[in-house]
Amino acid sequence: METKVYQKENNLHLGKLLVESLKDIRRSRFLSFQLAKRDIQAQYRQSYLGIIWAFVTPLATAFVWIFLNSSGTVQLTDTGIPYPVYAFSGTLLWSVITEAINSPISSTNSAKGILSKINFPKEALVMSGILKLLFNSSVKVILLLLFIFFYGVGFNWSLLLFPFVLFAGIFFGTTLGLFITPLGMLYKDIGRMITFGLQFLMYVTPVVYAIPKSGIMKTVMEWNPFTPIILTARDFAVGMPPAYLTYFLIVIACCIPLFFIALIFYRISIPILVERMSA
Amino acid sequence: MNESEILVKVENLSKKFCKDLKTSLWYGVKDLASGLSGNKNERELRPKEFWAVKDISFELRRGECLGLIGHNGAGKSTLLKILNGLINPDAGKVTIRGRVGALIELGAGFNPILSGRENIYNNGAILGFTKKEIDEKIDKIIDFAEIREFIDMPVQNYSSGMKVRLGFAVAAQMEPDVLIIDEVLAVGDVGFRMKCLTRIGELLKSTAVIFVSHSMPQVSRIANKILLMKNGSEVIGGLNVSDGIERYYQLFQNGDSIIGGNGLIEIKDFKILNDSLNCIDAENGFLILKHNYKYTFQLKLKVKEQVKKYFVNYSFIDKETKQVANFFSVFSDSVFSKTGEVIIEGEIENLILGQGTYSIGVAVNEIKECNSRGEIYLYNSNISIISITGIETGHAPVQFLGNWNIN
Repeated sequence: METKVYQKENNLHLGKLLVESLKDIRRSRFLSFQLAKRDIQAQYRQSYLGIIWAFVTPLATAFVWIFLNSSGTVQLTDTGIPYPVYAFSGTLLWSVITEAINSPISSTNSAKGILSKINFPKEALVMSGILKLLFNSSVKVILLLLFIFFYGVGFNWSLLLFPFVLFAGIFFGTTLGLFITPLGMLYKDIGRMITFGLQFLMYVTPVVYAIPKSGIMKTVMEWNPFTPIILTARDFAVGMPPAYLTYFLIVIACCIPLFFIALIFYRISIPILVERMSA
Repeated sequence: MNESEILVKVENLSKKFCKDLKTSLWYGVKDLASGLSGNKNERELRPKEFWAVKDISFELRRGECLGLIGHNGAGKSTLLKILNGLINPDAGKVTIRGRVGALIELGAGFNPILSGRENIYNNGAILGFTKKEIDEKIDKIIDFAEIREFIDMPVQNYSSGMKVRLGFAVAAQMEPDVLIIDEVLAVGDVGFRMKCLTRIGELLKSTAVIFVSHSMPQVSRIANKILLMKNGSEVIGGLNVSDGIERYYQLFQNGDSIIGGNGLIEIKDFKILNDSLNCIDAENGFLILKHNYKYTFQLKLKVKEQVKKYFVNYSFIDKETKQVANFFSVFSDSVFSKTGEVIIEGEIENLILGQGTYSIGVAVNEIKECNSRGEIYLYNSNISIISITGIETGHAPVQFLGNWNIN
């Protein structure tokens, strides 16, 4: 029979905690799926426009920049592909990553009520967040495909790699989000700071314009870890050689251990958070 | 199944909470940081903290039911949260064997705009069922909840009773080894409540149950172990359930009384005398009386000249503020007319009130020629509190003793 022991020391064997965490992820597959399904169903049942809302923000941002560019208000360097494809693929990827960053904290926040009442594998919240992101992103990708074909970029074999890069982007964002969740659950400031900071971060990432040839902006943009994700994804989508593939692989390789560490941190922090926020 | 198998073992459990939100959040940050390094230090109270649960120990075997009682804020829910693994203790240890089921929040995970059927899956998933299990049980759940007609309607259109029914119906499918119940039966109509109690009764046999309730009749019916908490600490614990319930009632020592009347009669003194006419002194505010003994109620009054004929009546009021017995002088054909300083004694041959504490109210009324009640000279709704002891079981307000025969 399964025996559980609760005491103040959390028996800090990182390895053991990780194994338990992964076991819980496995055990709660149905729960993660069900939670994601519930939220998606609820999201679309109470709305007529439904799916449209998933891409209305990136589309709007893209249109603003397409307009600024085509009207000559802003002079942008040549991107090598039709600008609408460049802008939309950028804003779309950006929206996926920012959603991924916010996903763990919003999933945890919306489960506040049950967290303080029922013991269930908390990892399911993170997983359901990822599932929801995958669903929403796949809808967006369909729109991106329309853009690609409409503007005559056409099909490239590397397009098949695009979903993997997109998934890597979600993974990257979720890892970041997972790290800030414990603090963000305690202080509302964290969530606001993230939203605020990301607005600025977008302008040092090649989302709507390319990396300049020289200057401080070039250095910042090249170091920015968001850059290789956006660029690699876009290059695969339109069939250009991926210029930042190495950096991309390094970022993702770093994310794998970081994700597990964040997962352990999340697991340790939940009881502390429940205690402080008990509804 | 081993009779003596211990499923829940709680050893010197303590938990502290913070009274101030901002400080609490800051401690949260510190705890997060120290949580990473294991935080093995002895934990002491930091400023603005208090012990919500202090040094609680008990053991529970399969088939046993612990009644966890105490006034609001005594630490019961905190204890349940630790037992359920939602928060970690600050000292001590909990060992739980087997699957834990908690009836704390019914209908967790319901989304109001989804239908009842969809929400059965949501709730079931959170309670740890697999899809297959829910598929198998869904008809049973719908029947148990008795809402087949509305099962495809959004849950937001359900009445609160229906939501609770559906929630309980799902939870009732659990087959836990340890069951934690926190006051969930307070809702729903009588029929459904009976159904819930029956289901819990079924579970009782094969599980260890921790039952939190403010309804003492329910506790005395279900529990065979008791833990009374006050300010986080154990007041009384163990197998003597009726003792615990008794002490629970005593915690609500309510000295408030309503005093009135037209002022023509004043109370000078009130005493209860025992068989040998010795006055009974109050212990912790209670006069301790023994069941089925003889007692004399002595009332010293100052009666003004205008008063004509009058009678005395006592009433016994239980903790649920229900009048459970009366003692009227007029029914014993005793009506008084003496004025000035008087002492009126009423003797009860056998006080057969059941175990518990009772407030005694007293009133002195005018009685008219036609035997109807006239003016109220005096009343005091709570002149003294008595506690009846000397009878072990039973929580009915009246306990007869008599001669029994078998032929």
